[in-house]
Amino acid sequence: MSLAEELAKQQRSISVAEFFERNKHLLGFDSPTRGIITTIKEAVDNALDACEEAMELPDIFLSVSRQDREIYRIVIEDNGPGIIPDQIPFIFGKLLYGSRFHQIRQSRGQQGIGISAAVLYAQLTAGVPTLIVSRTGPEHPAHEFAIQINIDTNEPEVLTRREIEWDRTHGTRIQIEFKSTLAAKKRLIEYLRYTSVVNPHARIRLEIDGEVFMFDRVSDEVIACPRAIKPHPHGIEVGQIRRMLQAAPGTLESFLMSSFSKIGKKTAEEICRIAKLSCTADAPSLSANEQKRLIEAMQMVKVPPPPISQCLSPIGEDLIIRGLEKEFQMDFVKARTRPGSVFSGHPFIIEAAIGYGGKLAADGNAQILRFANRVPLMYQQGACAITSAISAMNWKNYAVAQAGLPTGPLLILVHVASTSVPFTSESKDAIASIPEIEREITLGLQDLARDLKIFLSRRDRNRLQEDRARAVCAILPELAEKVAEIVELPKPDISSIEGRIMHKLIVRKTVSEGIVRVEIKNYTAGQASLSLYTITRDSENNADPPPDFLTKMDEDFTRVWQVVVDPGKVWTTTYSGSAHGTVEIRGIDPRNVVMVDRDE
Amino acid sequence: MSKEDLDILATGRLIGIARKWYDQMLEGQIPSIALPTRTKQNIEYDDTSEVWKYGDRESIRSAGTAKSALHLLKMAYVIWFLRKQIGENRSSTLRELYYISEGWKKAKFQAQDESNFLIEDLEILTDMQREAFHLRPEEDGATIFGPLKLREMTRRGEKDIHCQDDVGEAGYQIPTNVETVELLEHDAKFVIAIETGGMYARLIENGFDGDHQAILIHLKGQPARSTRRFLNRINTQFNLPVVVFTDGDPWSYRIYASVAYGAIKSAHISELLATPKARFIGVQPTDIRDYHLPSDHLNDKDIGALRSELTDPRFASDYWKEQIELQLKLNLKSEQQAFAAKGLDFVTKEYLPARLSDMGII
Repeated sequence: MSLAEELAKQQRSISVAEFFERNKHLLGFDSPTRGIITTIKEAVDNALDACEEAMELPDIFLSVSRQDREIYRIVIEDNGPGIIPDQIPFIFGKLLYGSRFHQIRQSRGQQGIGISAAVLYAQLTAGVPTLIVSRTGPEHPAHEFAIQINIDTNEPEVLTRREIEWDRTHGTRIQIEFKSTLAAKKRLIEYLRYTSVVNPHARIRLEIDGEVFMFDRVSDEVIACPRAIKPHPHGIEVGQIRRMLQAAPGTLESFLMSSFSKIGKKTAEEICRIAKLSCTADAPSLSANEQKRLIEAMQMVKVPPPPISQCLSPIGEDLIIRGLEKEFQMDFVKARTRPGSVFSGHPFIIEAAIGYGGKLAADGNAQILRFANRVPLMYQQGACAITSAISAMNWKNYAVAQAGLPTGPLLILVHVASTSVPFTSESKDAIASIPEIEREITLGLQDLARDLKIFLSRRDRNRLQEDRARAVCAILPELAEKVAEIVELPKPDISSIEGRIMHKLIVRKTVSEGIVRVEIKNYTAGQASLSLYTITRDSENNADPPPDFLTKMDEDFTRVWQVVVDPGKVWTTTYSGSAHGTVEIRGIDPRNVVMVDRDE
Repeated sequence: MSKEDLDILATGRLIGIARKWYDQMLEGQIPSIALPTRTKQNIEYDDTSEVWKYGDRESIRSAGTAKSALHLLKMAYVIWFLRKQIGENRSSTLRELYYISEGWKKAKFQAQDESNFLIEDLEILTDMQREAFHLRPEEDGATIFGPLKLREMTRRGEKDIHCQDDVGEAGYQIPTNVETVELLEHDAKFVIAIETGGMYARLIENGFDGDHQAILIHLKGQPARSTRRFLNRINTQFNLPVVVFTDGDPWSYRIYASVAYGAIKSAHISELLATPKARFIGVQPTDIRDYHLPSDHLNDKDIGALRSELTDPRFASDYWKEQIELQLKLNLKSEQQAFAAKGLDFVTKEYLPARLSDMGII
């Protein structure tokens, strides 16, 4: 036997399932820690996509519970439209089976690998089949399947199939068990938190060994499901056009006009002319050479950009802000949705948001939230075009410190929505460096950073004013007193200085010889209407004017005065008491109030 | 001026500061003070008095910010305290003032530096020295030995003292307030101010004061205000030449500069403290080279200090430029006591006489 014959014996086709078994990293199953996140991510993506298609507000339930030392059970339940029983084995038990791969529109999942890869991973590590329950509506029963994948053939194996009772009227439940660890628990919660930020219409509940995490919805608006569009002539590739031509009996001209977006009769004729092909040529019978000329011609003609608004669904500035505010406490937050744009014939929209201050960590790098088609990107931040676009900006121009990435209490969100998000790999962790996309990210962030700069300088100015106010209120009276003592003259009245500098409401409490005096001076331009609360242990009721409301709790007396002070006027009350207790003002913007408690 | 008059003047000027604030407040203005900016950039040479003084740059401190308001409040407390102290004829040190402020709540000093600066501010605002506020310096005055007769007002009455005949081997100690000393007469040709105690003692032991009719003053490192004031008075009253003898390193050149030109910290009273005619006798970098003195290599700090002196207006002369550049080239420094390598008499018999005749003093 010759060597060639010997080798030929070893040659055989490789099953897709087998290929992925060997290349788990391509799908995000390279380590036990990642397994849980990837599975939940894929299942949540599918659930959100399904709910979107069914125009439902997503209600997603997740649970992670340890079964054995290394085996975890993961349950994902949604209220989507459900899956008809005959489809279930294929969706979960066959890799590369999906409904969205051939459609040109924004969706989370695409290739149909994700969840079936999890099924494969489960049978490889735990050896337990995956349980699927699905119901398509109240008039249909729920079906439960136990499924595995045949690794050699990439075909589903149904171990059991039965009708069961289920309390949901429609939806899908997946129960999957595999070897994992919860080392990445923080990241899992983070992932859901970020998901909830860009899907403010979803409610997600997570239970980890009984511990509950809720991510509530802030918007009851069902998001419009993006509609599929026809491919755009720019960015079409040989294989794709060959398939399309074969499926399109008729003339070349009618093929061009009916199979692509934005090609009319005039453009179709121009393409044929440049490609030196007849408009009436039979489309399926073009030779390879003719197909190549056709593609080249299609790239050369001027065609308007694809219809972006119908195939993409940006989150919108308002909902991004509401989503962020629900999960993060910040002093400043702004969002931008850029106008749609195109790379290689693929429509895309960039959305960005910047948050600052509040409870964001004050030191270290800015927190970066990356999203592609409403899915958070959790890994490979350094390899992502979003990160490099952020680092390439000069943040110091916007009063933000920078060491590669911007630093400080800063949050940056970037969402890339596209019919075809250019990921660097199948595990969909990082966006590839595409100049058109990077440019749009930069423009969006620059716009936001300008707003941030205005906010920061205004805040600094306010701080300065605050500083002045404190100086005047806390120190000047003492200075006046001491100076009067030195020059042996009566203490000068400094209220006009206070008023001129401050334009604020001054609340001053002084205690002298057992008499407490609370004075409210209105240096603002308008009338001030407010409530004065004092909580003290002073029991004597001789306040003048008396409080409008008095209550006793344990040892403490709470007194409330309803006060109206005209601009430039002073309101005073006095009562017997001690220096102890608290004074509080309500019903007026605290930024306009300066509280001076001389006994502090 | 009698002590009583001085007290009345000081009290008046201190109250004047408070009075200004009081008037500002009555007019509805935010109280403020204006002070010259105390940096190297804001000292200028004054041709008439031949000393370095503060320039025209002023900074205004107004009580409009919390920081400055607090500074003014502290100043008010200090004025109030000093006024009381002068009235009661008591005195205190800067260190004591810092501790006294413990009881001033908000106006408490956070560090000794802060109270020192504040006192310097008051000196500038009142155009008086801190001794007039009954504030005593912490450090001892330096000692002096030589053919000089003076009269000191002591607690036990006036005393006439001759600084060779009436003192011990260590010499006469300059009091903290030099204004209580009256210079009577002398039999000297020049004054030599010496950085280290070892060299001062060497000159006394070798009888240098007698042999050359010299008044010896021990500077004790960076000289105290009283020492500088004393040198200034001998120089102006008797018109005696003053030479400064220090180690041969950048830090010692600064000692000379503060004797001759004044220090940045006290530029507001340079006229009283500086002796612009004082000349540097050594150790010069050229001496290190010519006498092959035992020496050490310059360290990074030395080199930095020398470089900084090249841009210091007080060293902007050809002489200093040449010496400093030579020293940087030699990369060496020597102490004044390094002359002992050539015998204990070398400095008094050879080096100093040679330098003094070079300088045209003997």
